[in-house]
Amino acid sequence: MFQFTSKAKILAYALIVLGAISLVIGFTSVPGDHHEGGHDTEEQHHDGAHEEHGDDHAATTHEGGELFAMNDQNAVDQHESEEMHAEDDAHADEATEEHAEEMHAEEHHAEDAHDDHAEHAAAAHGDHVEHGDHDAAHAEHARHQQENRPWSAFMVNTIFFLAIGLGTVFFLMIQYVARAGWTVGINRVMEAVGLFVIVPLIGMLILVFTGVADQHHIWHWMQDGIMDPASKHYDAIIAGKEAYLNDTFFIIRAVVYAAVWYGVIVLVRRHSLKEDQEGGTARYYKIFKIAAFFAVFYAVTSSTSAWDWIMSIDTHWFSTLFGWYTFAGMFVTALAALNLLVVFLRYNGYTPWLNENHQHDLAKFMFAFSIFWTYLWFSQYMLIWYSNIPEEVTYYMQRFDQYNTLFLTMVAMNFIAPVLLVMSRDSKRVMGLVTFTATIVLVGHWLDHYVMIMPGSVGEYYGFGWAEVGGFLFYAGLYILIVFRNLSKAPLLQKNHPMVTESKHFSL
Amino acid sequence: MATTDSKQIIRALYDDDDVILKAVKDVRAKGHRVSEVYSPFPIHGLDHAMGLKPTRIAIAAFLYGCAGLTTAILITWFMMNHDWPQNIGGKPSMTWGQNMPAFVPVMFELTVFFAAHLMVWTYFAVNKLYPGAERQNPDKRTTDDKFMMEVPVGANRDEVVELLKSTGAIEINDVNENA
Repeated sequence: MFQFTSKAKILAYALIVLGAISLVIGFTSVPGDHHEGGHDTEEQHHDGAHEEHGDDHAATTHEGGELFAMNDQNAVDQHESEEMHAEDDAHADEATEEHAEEMHAEEHHAEDAHDDHAEHAAAAHGDHVEHGDHDAAHAEHARHQQENRPWSAFMVNTIFFLAIGLGTVFFLMIQYVARAGWTVGINRVMEAVGLFVIVPLIGMLILVFTGVADQHHIWHWMQDGIMDPASKHYDAIIAGKEAYLNDTFFIIRAVVYAAVWYGVIVLVRRHSLKEDQEGGTARYYKIFKIAAFFAVFYAVTSSTSAWDWIMSIDTHWFSTLFGWYTFAGMFVTALAALNLLVVFLRYNGYTPWLNENHQHDLAKFMFAFSIFWTYLWFSQYMLIWYSNIPEEVTYYMQRFDQYNTLFLTMVAMNFIAPVLLVMSRDSKRVMGLVTFTATIVLVGHWLDHYVMIMPGSVGEYYGFGWAEVGGFLFYAGLYILIVFRNLSKAPLLQKNHPMVTESKHFSL
Repeated sequence: MATTDSKQIIRALYDDDDVILKAVKDVRAKGHRVSEVYSPFPIHGLDHAMGLKPTRIAIAAFLYGCAGLTTAILITWFMMNHDWPQNIGGKPSMTWGQNMPAFVPVMFELTVFFAAHLMVWTYFAVNKLYPGAERQNPDKRTTDDKFMMEVPVGANRDEVVELLKSTGAIEINDVNENA
């Protein structure tokens, strides 16, 4: 039996209290007063403020401008390198010269296009947006982004801990679907972590409801009138997504995800505990059926929830790979956390039936899914980079412009670190090395979620302050409290699971 | 003249992989050396039971992979940027660094290609499996459904034979390699 020591309890409560305090500081220290007087007066001041509408155009122009600017830059670079090439290379033949001319042409073309684009944008604004309004709209948008910051920070941590809980539920369920034997020794650990999923799910529901109630602007499509052609906020592209992205359906989906995901793990836990008393295989087959249902349900909802909660932050943008990419990130987060927890339990001698063979396979999962995540990340990135279509590529341009260091560091931490550190067989069997790698992967995927959520909701006004750290400490405290309590409530090994002996004799 | 210890060998035949795995463990537990085991397929855990040194092919594979990655980088740079500069997807920067994402599939494939192929050839070479190599398997039945263990013996021959019989050997042959 696992003992939830008073030390761990104190740590958990301390983290929760510290986290809650810094969350409160984070939420109250936002510049400007949200939706109160300040907002209205400013709106009147700027003559009916076409802020969102004008702003969208402003954003388009801005982004478009950058895009072309980048092409110009490329063209110039190209030109320079071409010249150097010619100097260096003895046979600077016709082909190269022709090429250089083409480049010149392209450069001019890019400039023309830029001008055209600017004119277009100006014309589009034309009748109802003055220059002054334009600036005001920008200021308004900037203020919204700043106000979003604590909410977004809270959402980053919510999604991160949701990944830990939900990924673990998924991992437990696929063990039953695949009728795997080696994991039986850690099933109880996975049940304990899986039951924790309710906490970030509640966090997510809070974000959903406050978003619908207009308390924050993480999801741009929730803007009033954005789907209404008569409104000044009307956005034709977003209006085209109304059938899926509307408040009612959004709430229904969120509630259904939460209810089914949590319901499944609660049911499984109940069967698993009863199995201890009853014996036989009846309970095992019941869990198998639940697991099969969950696998199908989650196959769909992992994608749809990623679209709902994360992809719709950048409402104009879309990627068909996004659901899988998010899922891969969540799953590897869960595996890294599970590795840490299993190391902790083994190190303290709670699970004598787990040895380095089980650790080896768990670390192998973390290793494999780090590569899987990178594969999906790169597949999404390369296609968009290659085709260079303005409405797609803006997503990555913002990340390269404003989040450059974080974005690249995150990829290195999530790919290069696990590949080099736990590639060899021996390193996966050493607890210290697994702990080290899992920690890097966890930090890396926290940053990955950060870079997914922040750019679309707070833009350049990001940072690591009270709300970011507070949210993390708050959830970490709850994680320790709930997971350890669940661990201590039931024996750490399922007594009557049909494959419990197989798990004990597992060797690699 | 008495034969030296290492030249006198007993070959014990078994008809089940689990039985021979257990037998190898028992024989070694009694302090005898198992010099070789012939099997029609790989037996999980046999290398460990025989006390073989861990394979170093993983290190070789890593180095081959690095060689493949280097080759891919050089190949893409030479072909696409240096020898005949190519305009890639409307991004005519002509530098390797700025076109790198387009080269990643090549880098990945060549890394895997080098690691996999050279690993196989290394395995063949180390195990002396090449055209014209001398046949090493002493008994054709071990390529079908039988398993064979070789134990070098000296004066303790009778004791070892008894032990092998007790572990489930179905046939025992004495071989004197000097003969």
